[in-house]
Amino acid sequence: MPKSLTPRLAALNEEILGHAREFGLDFFETIFEVVTYDEMNMVASYGGFPNRYPHWRWGMEYEQLSKGYEYGLSKLYELVINNDPCYAYLLESNADVDQKLVMAHVYGHCDFFKNNFSFRHTNRRMIDEMANHATRVRRWIDKIGVEKVEDFIDKALSLENLIDQHAPHIRRNPDPKRAEDEAKSNERVEGFKVNREYMRGFINPSEFLDSQRKKVEEEKQKAKKFPERPQRDVLFFLLEHAPLEQWEADILGILRDEAYYFAPQGQTKIMNEGWASYWHSTIMTRRALKDDEIIDYADRHSGTMSTRPGSLNPYKLGIELWRDIEDRWNKGRFGKEWDECDDLRARSTWDKKLGAGREKIFEVRKHYNDITFIDTFLTAEFAIEQKLFVYGFNDKRNSWEILDREFRKVKAKLLQGLTNFGQPIIEVVDGNFENRSELLLAHKHDGQDLKGDYARETLRCLQALWRRPVNIVTRYDGKGVMLRYDGQNHSEKKVDL
Amino acid sequence: MSLKIHQDHSRFKAIVRGKIKANLRKYVQKGEMLGKKGKDAISIPIPFIDIPRFKYGHKEQGGVGQGDGEVGQSLGPGQQQPGDGHQAGQGEGEHALEVDVTLDELAQILGEELQLPHIERRHNEKIVTQRIRYTGINTTGPESLRHFKRTFKQALKRQIATGTYDARNPVIIPTREDRRYRSYKLQDLPETNAVIIYMMDVSGSMGDEQKEIVRIESFWLDTWLRHQYKGLEARYIIHDAVAREVDRETFFHTRESGGTMISSAYKLCRDIIQADYPKSAWNIYPFHFSDGDNWSADDTRQCIEMLRNDILPSVNQFAYGQVESPYGSGQFIKDLREAVGAQQNVALSEIADKDAIYNSIKDFLGKGR
Repeated sequence: MPKSLTPRLAALNEEILGHAREFGLDFFETIFEVVTYDEMNMVASYGGFPNRYPHWRWGMEYEQLSKGYEYGLSKLYELVINNDPCYAYLLESNADVDQKLVMAHVYGHCDFFKNNFSFRHTNRRMIDEMANHATRVRRWIDKIGVEKVEDFIDKALSLENLIDQHAPHIRRNPDPKRAEDEAKSNERVEGFKVNREYMRGFINPSEFLDSQRKKVEEEKQKAKKFPERPQRDVLFFLLEHAPLEQWEADILGILRDEAYYFAPQGQTKIMNEGWASYWHSTIMTRRALKDDEIIDYADRHSGTMSTRPGSLNPYKLGIELWRDIEDRWNKGRFGKEWDECDDLRARSTWDKKLGAGREKIFEVRKHYNDITFIDTFLTAEFAIEQKLFVYGFNDKRNSWEILDREFRKVKAKLLQGLTNFGQPIIEVVDGNFENRSELLLAHKHDGQDLKGDYARETLRCLQALWRRPVNIVTRYDGKGVMLRYDGQNHSEKKVDL
Repeated sequence: MSLKIHQDHSRFKAIVRGKIKANLRKYVQKGEMLGKKGKDAISIPIPFIDIPRFKYGHKEQGGVGQGDGEVGQSLGPGQQQPGDGHQAGQGEGEHALEVDVTLDELAQILGEELQLPHIERRHNEKIVTQRIRYTGINTTGPESLRHFKRTFKQALKRQIATGTYDARNPVIIPTREDRRYRSYKLQDLPETNAVIIYMMDVSGSMGDEQKEIVRIESFWLDTWLRHQYKGLEARYIIHDAVAREVDRETFFHTRESGGTMISSAYKLCRDIIQADYPKSAWNIYPFHFSDGDNWSADDTRQCIEMLRNDILPSVNQFAYGQVESPYGSGQFIKDLREAVGAQQNVALSEIADKDAIYNSIKDFLGKGR
């Protein structure tokens, strides 16, 4: 069980907290708990929330984390939850210098959570909310049975990433107006109330009723042309229109809430990890390090910052970009004059001693997400200095290789990878496809094909919720394809796009 | 917290088990799985145990990396994707999940799915083996086995006894004499021993496909018998017109072109049993695989004679698997069926192709002998 801070750790925390405040970081109250490595793995398996609904996937996560640790492949150092108060976990077995580093890092994250605009709409009582979700799911399990509920969660999770990553608000409940309208139209078709049976033909002439029925039917058809515009929030569309039972809708709603809660973390990973790393490095090297801790600190810090040729470390890229921005705004290396200067010598010695760097990075951490951050601040000089390159898979040689070091291409590829959190963009196009209540989705293809076996398996899950055949239009090898699953068979046909 | 994750974890393991069980027929036929066998466990790829999503194919995606290197330089196969960070709740497995399953667990699943009876051992707890257990404490030993707690306890005792312990400044310094080391004791363990004697026809008519079938089938037979007996030995005999004993590697990769004299193998099998495996102490399992073509009716007669007089009386079960090949006449199994088929400890099985391995395992192990 997690423990609160020992007097020694509490003293260290006091110190780091003071440094963090002094540097102007602004965060919710932050509560540290001390855990063993196994407990850390458990909490991490639940995505940071020990009171999460029961599901085997957390067990799988746990198996992988523990195995990674046993084989010495990975070790979790810190874990922090966006909540008010923030919760963070410290490893019991860590040395003091590690604990200080983690605390400083955590305060960086907490400051980011509180101030970055992407998190403005997240639920700051998510710990309670998650516990509520767990209670609701358990209640359904008691009522419906564990097999059925788990099976539904499995299927719904498969659609978890089909939300509108940039939706500023979460609409929680399906439109209640729809049910009202339906009730009203039925009234109209049955006609007025008849007290004496022989009067029926006069009060409700059958021609009139027929024409009313026809009208209602037409209206229904018209209403069935939905959505009017393609809808990115597939989960919301399903909540509104799929024939879900109450418990299914409740669970789907829960999963959707959780997906929206985690979405901003995906959209700001480079900034957020970079920001936390910038602050642990600043606090440690300028204030908190003792002489005899320097080697250990350097070792830990460089471990976090290490890069391997075939991958991008968000901690490293992030911290370097933050430092670059600070440096540029300190020296005035921005604006029209700077941009238009092509005298290399002038550029290399350019320093207007503005000292505006610190202020600038605090402003940037408020108003940007990874995409706008990279788009605005990643410069050609930076890309060269950081040795960035584009890589891709060479089928002939069956290996990954460096494709390009050109700045424009690097930036474009980086932004492409960040768009929609690196997930394909998928929309609901028609909920009454071919007028047969089939579901039609479209993949907005941006040069990358969908993984085929996963796509087919996902359609299977989608069909289970929609209960009618489902289709998705995408491209493979440049050609339009519609994948279809009708509940029994998968099929595929060419379409013109 | 701890209790909850263990629930989810065991649910996960149950699902893995269920998936293996449901796909067992497929796994049984697959030879590639054998390549992933470790000492006690096997890695089984389980598709779609991770949650399927609409996502990009890994190869199409590519990305941005950081570091030295010329354009065109290889980064090596199977590098990680960018964004595979270790933040919780966002990691996503790209490939089918590989799950480690112990061979013992696998055997259990096999037993459940094929409804295999447990083997009735002929000999219980006669053979004694020894096992090392670290249970003792000694005053000497290698430093790697030093028992820190006991060492300090000893030092504390000494310091208290000699009055040098100061509770206000509790420093304990062990001396050479205080050191304590873990030491082992040999424990006797009763064990039932068993031996499998694999025999295979490697004459020209047994092609690669036939041998692959034998290889896969022998893996499952091994796994099951190992689950039933600790300390399983295996011997390998190949034969065409003459028989010789070989190691496992050679057994599966030899191809000869001569004729076939099955009696040569049975003779060698009989000799091995007589020399090394006294009936009183060993559970003996000869498995013979061929395509059913023998040199002559006379040789077949010799085989049957040897089976009746020497082999069958001393073994738990004699098994013959006939692998279909385009060249074999398939006569041998008919002869065996006629001559010894009625005997309790004879198992005969025809294996037409890889699909048939599943049922053949049941033929062989279904008697529980």
